[in-house]
Amino acid sequence: MPLIPALPRRLHGPSIWAVYVIGLCPAVWSFYLGATGGLGINPVKEFEHLLGLWALRFIIFTLAITPLRDLFGINWIRYRRALGLLAFYYVLLHFSVWMLLDLRLDVHAVIGDILKRPYITIGMVCLAALVPLAVTSNNYSIRRLGKLWIDMHHLIYPIALGGALHYFLAVKSITAGPFLHIAAIALLLAYRPFRKPLLRWKRTRKAVDNAQPVHR
Amino acid sequence: MAVYRPTHIPASEITPHSIYMSRRNFMGAAAASLALAGAGGSALAAPLQATPGAYKLDEKLTPKEAVTSYNNFYEFGTDKSDPSSNSGDFKPTPWSVKVDGLVGKPKEFGLEELMKMPLEDRTYRMRCVEGWSMVIPWIGFPLAALLDQVEPQGSAKYVSFETVVRPSEMPGQKGLFQPLPWPYVEGLRLDEARHPLTILAVGLYGETLPNQNGAPIRLVVPWKYGFKSIKSIVRILLTDKQPETTWKNSNAREYGFYSNVNPAVDHPRWSQATEQRIGEGGFFNTARRPTLPFNGYGDEVASLYAGMDLKANY
Repeated sequence: MPLIPALPRRLHGPSIWAVYVIGLCPAVWSFYLGATGGLGINPVKEFEHLLGLWALRFIIFTLAITPLRDLFGINWIRYRRALGLLAFYYVLLHFSVWMLLDLRLDVHAVIGDILKRPYITIGMVCLAALVPLAVTSNNYSIRRLGKLWIDMHHLIYPIALGGALHYFLAVKSITAGPFLHIAAIALLLAYRPFRKPLLRWKRTRKAVDNAQPVHR
Repeated sequence: MAVYRPTHIPASEITPHSIYMSRRNFMGAAAASLALAGAGGSALAAPLQATPGAYKLDEKLTPKEAVTSYNNFYEFGTDKSDPSSNSGDFKPTPWSVKVDGLVGKPKEFGLEELMKMPLEDRTYRMRCVEGWSMVIPWIGFPLAALLDQVEPQGSAKYVSFETVVRPSEMPGQKGLFQPLPWPYVEGLRLDEARHPLTILAVGLYGETLPNQNGAPIRLVVPWKYGFKSIKSIVRILLTDKQPETTWKNSNAREYGFYSNVNPAVDHPRWSQATEQRIGEGGFFNTARRPTLPFNGYGDEVASLYAGMDLKANY
C-alpha cells in the first residue's frame, strides 16, 4: 500500500518539467534579490553561498530517491535525473559566481585558490566529476552504456561526500545549518551498504507472508 | 615608533551627519528605536561627545547601515545579520568591567566612570579574518589610560579579556549547536595593549555602541584581524602567561595568538592577499583591494614585532 496516491500517468512528463522550473526558482529569485540590493551588505558572497547550499540540497534529494522507494514505497525515480541535473547546474552556478563575481575573473587568484586551498580543490574535483554524469544523463547514453552507466553514476557517492567535506571545510564553525546538511548526506550514504541485505530480508519476509495462508 | 599627526578632524566631520544619516539609515534607526522602545529596559543609542582623535585616515567611511548590520558576534548567532536582529534583548546597562590580576590596584570600573574617560574619535580600518574590511569611526579611549589606573606590576606580560555570558539575552549562547565555548576570551601582549592605537571603544558614528557591535564597551586593535577586538567586555586580567584565546583554542592551526593582519601569511583555507571593502562596489563589481601588512598600520606597530618570524607567530 503506497503512502501517497499515484500520479496519473499523463502528468508524469509535466511533473518532471515542474521539478526543473521549481528547482531553478531559488537561483532566479536570489539573483533578482542580489541584483536589486536585496541580499544584504555582501550580496555576492550571499548569492554564492545560497547556490552552494542549493547544490547540496539537490544532491541530498537525488540520494533520497532510492531510500524513499525502499523504505516507504514512494517511487519518485522519474524525478531523479531532473534533481541530479539541478544539482549540477547549481554547482556550475556556484563556481561561476565565485570565479566571475567574487574573484572578478582574476585567473591568478582562481588557479592559486584551486591548487592551494583543499576545500576549493575538493569542490573543483566534484564539479569536474559531475560533468560526465550530466553529459550521460540522456536516455541514449543509458541504453548505450548499459551496466557501465550504472557503475559510472555511482560516482555521485564520492561527489556527495566531497560536497559535504567542501562545506565542512568552508565554514568557520559547525552550526545547525552545516550540521543538518552534512548529516543528511552522511545518513543517505551510510544507508547504501545496508540496502542489499535489507531488500533481501524484505523479499524473504514477503515470501514467508505469502506462503503462510497456504499452510493453513 | 612613528609620531602621530593630529589633524583635528573629528570622524563626524569627514562624512557630514546629514549625508551618512541618509533616508535608509534614518528609517533603519527609526525602526530600531521603535523595536528597542518596545523591548523596554534596553538602552537607546545616545549621542556621544568626543574630541578629535590623534589619528587620521583618508578613506571613505563604511556606511553606518553596513557597520551595524554586517557583524560577526557569535553570541547572537553565526549569520552576519544575526547580531543586529537577535540583540534587541541585550541590556548593556548597568555594566561594569573588573580589572585585576598582576596589578597594584585591582578595580571594578562602572560604565559611568568609563564613559568619563577622555573619549576620542578614532577612524580605523577593520579587517576581518574572513577577507572583508570596513572603515569605522569609533569613539573610545586608549586602553593604556585604563591600565595606568590599575598600576600593572612588573611581572605582568599579557592582558586577557573576557566577554559577558548571558544566555537569556544572547541567543547564540544557548541551544544545541554552540559554535564556540563561552565566555569568548581574547588576549594581547602588554606592549600591544599599551600601544596608543589600541582603544576601548564605547561608541561609533557619534553614538553609543549598538548591541551588535559589542555594547557597551569593546576592544579595537586595528592592526589585527577583527576577532581579536573582543566585544562586550566584563573582565580584563593582567597575567604573566600568554592568555587563552577562543579562536586559537577552537583551531590553533588557523587562528594564532598574534593574528596580525598579514597578506603574506594565508589562512590555511583561504588567501589573505586581498580583501573586499564592505559597502563599496555592487553585485557585479565587488570592491576587492590588496590587504596591507598590519592592516596599513605598519609604521606604528611593526617595531613591536622586530626580529619575530611573523609566519611562525601568525
